[in-house]
Amino acid sequence: MTDADIRQAFLEELTKVAPDIDPDDVGEEDHLQDDLELDSMDFLNLVVALHQRLGVEIPENDYPKIATLSLAIGYLKARFD
Amino acid sequence: MAVFAMPSLGADMESGKLVEWMIKPGDAVARGDVVAVVETQKGAIEIECFEVGVVETLDAELGATIAVGAPLATICGSGENASSLATSDAEPSLYAPTEAPATEALAKESDQPAEALPPIAASEPRPAPQRLGEAPPSSPAARVLAAERRIDLAALNGSGPGGAVLLADVEAARSAPIGDDPVNTGSKPGLDLAAMRTAIANAMARSKREIPHYYLTQTIDLQAASDWLAATNAQRPPDARLLMGALFVKASAVAAAQVAQMNGHYDAEGFHHAQAVHAGVAVALRGGGLVAPALHDAGTLSLDELMAKMRDLVTRARTGRLRSSEMTEGTITISAMGDTGADAMAAVIYPPQVAIVGFGAPVSRPWITGDTISPRMIVTVTLSADHRVSDGRRGAKFLAAIDAALQTPEAL
Repeated sequence: MTDADIRQAFLEELTKVAPDIDPDDVGEEDHLQDDLELDSMDFLNLVVALHQRLGVEIPENDYPKIATLSLAIGYLKARFD
Repeated sequence: MAVFAMPSLGADMESGKLVEWMIKPGDAVARGDVVAVVETQKGAIEIECFEVGVVETLDAELGATIAVGAPLATICGSGENASSLATSDAEPSLYAPTEAPATEALAKESDQPAEALPPIAASEPRPAPQRLGEAPPSSPAARVLAAERRIDLAALNGSGPGGAVLLADVEAARSAPIGDDPVNTGSKPGLDLAAMRTAIANAMARSKREIPHYYLTQTIDLQAASDWLAATNAQRPPDARLLMGALFVKASAVAAAQVAQMNGHYDAEGFHHAQAVHAGVAVALRGGGLVAPALHDAGTLSLDELMAKMRDLVTRARTGRLRSSEMTEGTITISAMGDTGADAMAAVIYPPQVAIVGFGAPVSRPWITGDTISPRMIVTVTLSADHRVSDGRRGAKFLAAIDAALQTPEAL
């Protein structure tokens, strides 16, 4: 899976969880909770969706590692390898 | 025969726009069935039926703005003569029948600005045979014209036999000033954030005007709950994980079941304690706005059940598809800051409730146990309660009960 594939999957699942977010407006370093205003329920729903779509089960301790788009791409890519 | 009327879905609601029928004449309906979808300032709400019987007629048009108390549909009980004009005692009760002591608490907000309400919602009793929430007898022609002109039949004084509204009465009436459709500035269908802000402003201003709030704050050691939650979630796939918010709701509901003065509704007749705890869960909407739909029987659900219901409630709050019972049956509200944010939150009570619990964001702080200082997760919990119903001693007991519940999370 390429970076671009992961980016697309992440953004699609993010915007399903939070339909009012425009994927084009999500910056690389935007913090999902502080900047994009996901609450803990949204964040959990995103983790559930990523698990279902990519098969990557993200433990709670790793939540900070997907806190931004750029962090998440790096983390998910590493989990695939 | 009973007229199913537009219910009041909150202290701040005056009218709603009918956007979808889920029933048609001839359909059998039961208590709790979703019969229509109404757009309100709080988004689209699924209206549940309070009658059992067969739908005789639909009395409101799609797209029409209907005042609270105005008729939506006519429902015949089984075996009843459909053409009977007999009035029914089945006044819509927004309470579950098991909560008799708190019945009547709703739909009687007599202190709304009178000029904004049609006469049916005014507190003055009228001599006519009709009762709150019921349409007067009327001729078929009168009903057709009233529907066309969006006139509320119940607002008219009929000149026919028994106060029946005749065609001439409708012709003489001007359309009820129910208001124009709001300009939709929200990004989602059925959710108008500017209207919601107005609704919040009205409800909160009324709360601060009428309810003598008092506030108590307690710092609670959250380490046991945090450790238990982390250990539990570590063994679970994402879709079975719990949130700390679910523990907060459960602990508060358990406490509310123990301290009667926190759980129920306050109306013109005073406080009505509710037996069941229906926890209003405050859900913030991105872009602004807040709703606090009720999670029914929160005190007796398992944590897993409560979490599943909370997830469903939050999803539907976001998409604007809550049910009428969820809008009206909350008996206490719980509002949590979430993982990050301010330390404490002194919230404003949502009328007609008498208490709201605000949880700040959990943080690690120095904590003294015996002679040692160690870092512990703590949370600052603030109770806002109604001084007409309780005072600080009861409030402190309530906070202590929340504290105790959170010390044994495995028992929640």
